[in-house]
Amino acid sequence: MKLARDEQEMLEGKQGAAKQKAMELLVKYAEGLGAERFVDTNNVTIIAGSIPDIKIVQKVVPSLDADEIASKFLLDSDERVVLDKVKAFTTTNATFRDQRYPDLQRGGKAHCDLLQKMVNYLKRVGVIHLATCTPYQVGNVPMKGEHCAWTESSAVAFCNSVLGARTNIEGLHSSFASAVTGKTPLWGMHLDENRLGKVIIDVKIDVDLLRDWYLIGYYVGGQIGLDVPIYTNIGKVPDMPRLMGMCAAGIAGGSIVKFHIVEITLEAPTLEVASGGRRGLPVLRYGKKERRVAYEKLNHSDSDKVDIVVLGCPHAGLDRMRVIAGMLEGKKINKNTRLYVTTCHPMKHVADEQGYTEIITKAGGSVWEDSCGLVLTVDPSTVFACDSAKMANYLPGETGSKNTWFGTTEECVQAALTGKWRGELN
Amino acid sequence: MERRTELKRIVLRGRKINGGSAEGEALVTRESLGGFGCFDFDTGRVIDFGHELYGKDVSGKILVFRTGKGSSAWSIAHQALRFVGKSPKAYITKESNPQTALGAVVARVPAVTELDQDPTEVISTGDWVKVDADKGIVEITKK
Repeated sequence: MKLARDEQEMLEGKQGAAKQKAMELLVKYAEGLGAERFVDTNNVTIIAGSIPDIKIVQKVVPSLDADEIASKFLLDSDERVVLDKVKAFTTTNATFRDQRYPDLQRGGKAHCDLLQKMVNYLKRVGVIHLATCTPYQVGNVPMKGEHCAWTESSAVAFCNSVLGARTNIEGLHSSFASAVTGKTPLWGMHLDENRLGKVIIDVKIDVDLLRDWYLIGYYVGGQIGLDVPIYTNIGKVPDMPRLMGMCAAGIAGGSIVKFHIVEITLEAPTLEVASGGRRGLPVLRYGKKERRVAYEKLNHSDSDKVDIVVLGCPHAGLDRMRVIAGMLEGKKINKNTRLYVTTCHPMKHVADEQGYTEIITKAGGSVWEDSCGLVLTVDPSTVFACDSAKMANYLPGETGSKNTWFGTTEECVQAALTGKWRGELN
Repeated sequence: MERRTELKRIVLRGRKINGGSAEGEALVTRESLGGFGCFDFDTGRVIDFGHELYGKDVSGKILVFRTGKGSSAWSIAHQALRFVGKSPKAYITKESNPQTALGAVVARVPAVTELDQDPTEVISTGDWVKVDADKGIVEITKK
């Protein structure tokens, strides 16, 4: 690798032990990727909530000292290093725990306490605590062309595809090292040629409801491997939740870190620009049959009863809150069904002020901050309903429950009110 | 000519993801491998429901797979396998991506990719495999 002078200094320890460990890790990672040099970054997100279960952390760091945990689990350093401040503008991803309900989430209070300790550590070293899988909704909005080091799959896809900023799918270790050093490997999505579309998606049906945006993303994700798709013939301009859905589904159902929608996303004013003028690209058809395939894959339950409804994956923004509160106002959910709406604390603050939280709570639901439906402690027979293909995709592996319904937000709210699933795809 | 008892040897060449060398029994999947929610850390077994390796113990194996899939927590899961003593001995991937590159570094296992043949086709579960990651060489003795 070719290192710039400041990178060499960091590697030699001239800027302190923490930066040295971070640089050592980044060099090994960059070599593993096959990158030749680094690029400066001043926009990083850290998925600290993905730290392993407290049992594993305690085995490695019996004292649970935050600096030692960060050294080992965030920088992969055997030596305990104390970091003063991160160099880059850095925000946190979801911590996966709402501190108010330790007993309802995996790992209980002990794991909640561990994550709070890490949050306190991150704030101490200058990381801004947004606690969300959608940082672009609450103050971290990178600009077109900006080099970032982001974590969280759906946010990575949103950063590349919708915002036109540039990031690979970073892990906890690489993103923290980037935060500390302000460097990320110049590789993959940071390079123009890798951002061009390689497969054309010929869309034959209307993509309208939020559900439809999840379904198309999920289907295409399952078909195209690591390639960048170009969606064509999507006539209707989507709003932010729809694009969030497409991002989340494409990378949960597959590995789509970037896509183009012709005449809609920033780097695709035309098919010609999105493809770099390459002709003869493979074409994948998306019609009614393909939509049905995705729908069937996401719906698998042997019972029409619904125990838990989860909304807000990725984290619900203000429009989703407004819509969900509107559907629940003056109503009561079924006594055997639980409803969770997940978001982050900055967004919940506004929902509280606006009265949305009170409406949802009065109806019998709850608004969770900084957490995720995937960490709920449940019996394996639990039947879930959700309006996110990402949530539906990960629920079985994460919770142990194999029973999941996926549909529109309206169908999910109806399921919460009646305790029964009546969703269908026409 | 009697050749049946002769062991078949194959050598693949590619590039290093992470340095070092190891040998052991292969565990192979043509599918991509996840990280987050993919392993039971008490047993080293794959718990990704519906995966080809579901129920298989990855510890001490030469793990051969297409590439890494899924979330940003890939590296954490693979580092955690090391912390609980359930790491594979080496990774051999058909394609490399950020998850596999970072995962191999923090799992601290030798890893190779971009081989001259698809390793998920050439190597079968149970084959004896030697990996010299620094030289990018994989030597397979078919079972």
